[in-house]
Amino acid sequence: MAFEDQRTTVYKIDPEHPESESLPTLRTEELLLNMGPQHPSTHGVLKVILELEGERLVKSTPVMGFLHRGVEKLAEDGTYHQFIPHTDRLDYVCAMYNNFAYCRAVEKLLNLQVPDRAEYLRTIVAEVQRIIGHQFWLGAQALDIGAMTVFFYTFRDREILLDWFNELCGARLTTSWYRIGGVERDLTPALIDKLKQFLEYFPAKIDEYQVFLERNRIWIGRTKGVAVISAEDAVSFGLSGPVLRGSGVDYDLRKYEPYSAYPKCEFSVPVGKNGDTYDRYWIRVMELYESVKIIRQCLEQMQDGPIMADAPSVTLPPKERVFTNLEAMIQQFKLFSQGFDAPPGEIYCGTEAHKGELGFYIVSTGGGKPYRLKIRAPSFVHMGAFDHMARGYMISDACTIFGTYDIVMGECDR
Amino acid sequence: MHPLLDRIQQAFSSGIIGLTEWQGDVAVTVSRDKLHEVAQFLRDDPWMDFDYIVHVSSVDWPDDEERFEVVWEFYSIRKRHRIRLKARVPESDCVVDSLTDLWKGADFMEREVYDMMGIRFRNHPDLRRILMPDDYTEGYPLRKDFPLRGKGWRDTFEFLDEIPR
Repeated sequence: MAFEDQRTTVYKIDPEHPESESLPTLRTEELLLNMGPQHPSTHGVLKVILELEGERLVKSTPVMGFLHRGVEKLAEDGTYHQFIPHTDRLDYVCAMYNNFAYCRAVEKLLNLQVPDRAEYLRTIVAEVQRIIGHQFWLGAQALDIGAMTVFFYTFRDREILLDWFNELCGARLTTSWYRIGGVERDLTPALIDKLKQFLEYFPAKIDEYQVFLERNRIWIGRTKGVAVISAEDAVSFGLSGPVLRGSGVDYDLRKYEPYSAYPKCEFSVPVGKNGDTYDRYWIRVMELYESVKIIRQCLEQMQDGPIMADAPSVTLPPKERVFTNLEAMIQQFKLFSQGFDAPPGEIYCGTEAHKGELGFYIVSTGGGKPYRLKIRAPSFVHMGAFDHMARGYMISDACTIFGTYDIVMGECDR
Repeated sequence: MHPLLDRIQQAFSSGIIGLTEWQGDVAVTVSRDKLHEVAQFLRDDPWMDFDYIVHVSSVDWPDDEERFEVVWEFYSIRKRHRIRLKARVPESDCVVDSLTDLWKGADFMEREVYDMMGIRFRNHPDLRRILMPDDYTEGYPLRKDFPLRGKGWRDTFEFLDEIPR
């Protein structure tokens, strides 16, 4: 069987350079390439149609929705409390942050004050989740780029924290620990000890991660100057979190719309300069140090007190009372079957998750169910800038860009 | 009244339907034909300076004459304030101006609104479905008349009657 020669020879004569007359030039055309939906670096099920010129990306069209489960539609059918476990399944790598963002939004709708101790607990666990998220990201991104060792080191330390979560709420990933008006249960002294031990152990390990990468020529070559986005474009695209801060825009909701116990803690927000993948990496590593600082301060400042707001019509009664007290059981049943009566109105509440701004827009017409609930997912918004950031880079850089967004498709497709 | 709302009211003599402030959230409802003009003002006016797009969303009110409400949310990185912009569209003429020329991020967000609610955006560069499949013909899932259990193929299944005891 004869193959048609793809390299059809075309003779071009350039009048200014007659010496090229004898050289055949190769026929060129744009090539369409499907990347995904099962490519390992897409972090889930994502397809991108790449238009290539040689190995350069000319245009890329993300095709999303493989993981679309209609979470926003499901929210309209359940009570406010019933939606908390659904939020776990958005960004399944960092469930605590989704719980946190959702509970904050509902509390804003209800104008509910959360007690001090609960705020500290929330901040501690959110920052532990941030560490887990960044460890996961660092391991996965390095693996995508070709540095495999870092993956084992970050996942070794991530296990410690996942076990800690397991002890805290009985689940490693789908945690559902936050409640509207507070948290589900308090930290036990044993858990606090374990966390303190981890804080002693961890900063040296962050240095260790950096040793693998900062002097790694391949890592530097594949991150420095790759997927550069200017500050102006990053803002216009609505990017958030480390991706926006990497371009030098100082935007962190923890600082500028302070919530929970963040205003009582001292921490700095690392901001990059060049807007490339390396700066975004640097920011996330620096945030690990900052998270350790925040947790330390919270553990020091935290006082004893209630962990649930004093609003019996809204908050769930404690579990031990549900099992022993009739009124508490009726209350629990009513809250789950009918929900509480939310005031009519609409609110938007954004929370700084480790990926970026995770926001909930809730429209209520009164009654126990949200009328409309919209999730502003950072992964989805970041995918909007993919084409812009990938243009002109190589195919292999597409993997770097997926990684640098820290994309999780559960959240992107909802 | 909130200073932002004051300034908007002064700048526009017509087209502003409602100004609200609730739980610290500031919202402006504009008529559909003034939408782009107001959005441009929000971005370019030095007092407003809304350079950051937060989300685009939509709400379905089936009983209202103008059934759909499109919601944009903006933030100003320099001034650190937020605003919500809303416009109503009737079901018979479900079209609203796209704001992709002002905020690049509006591209994907508006595509999502089109996909989920069926509202079309005028001058949008690439208005296609984004989360649902391209060939999905069973309607727009977030509309209130779309059943939660879904529509389509599964409705043609024949269910066996319950076995009598």
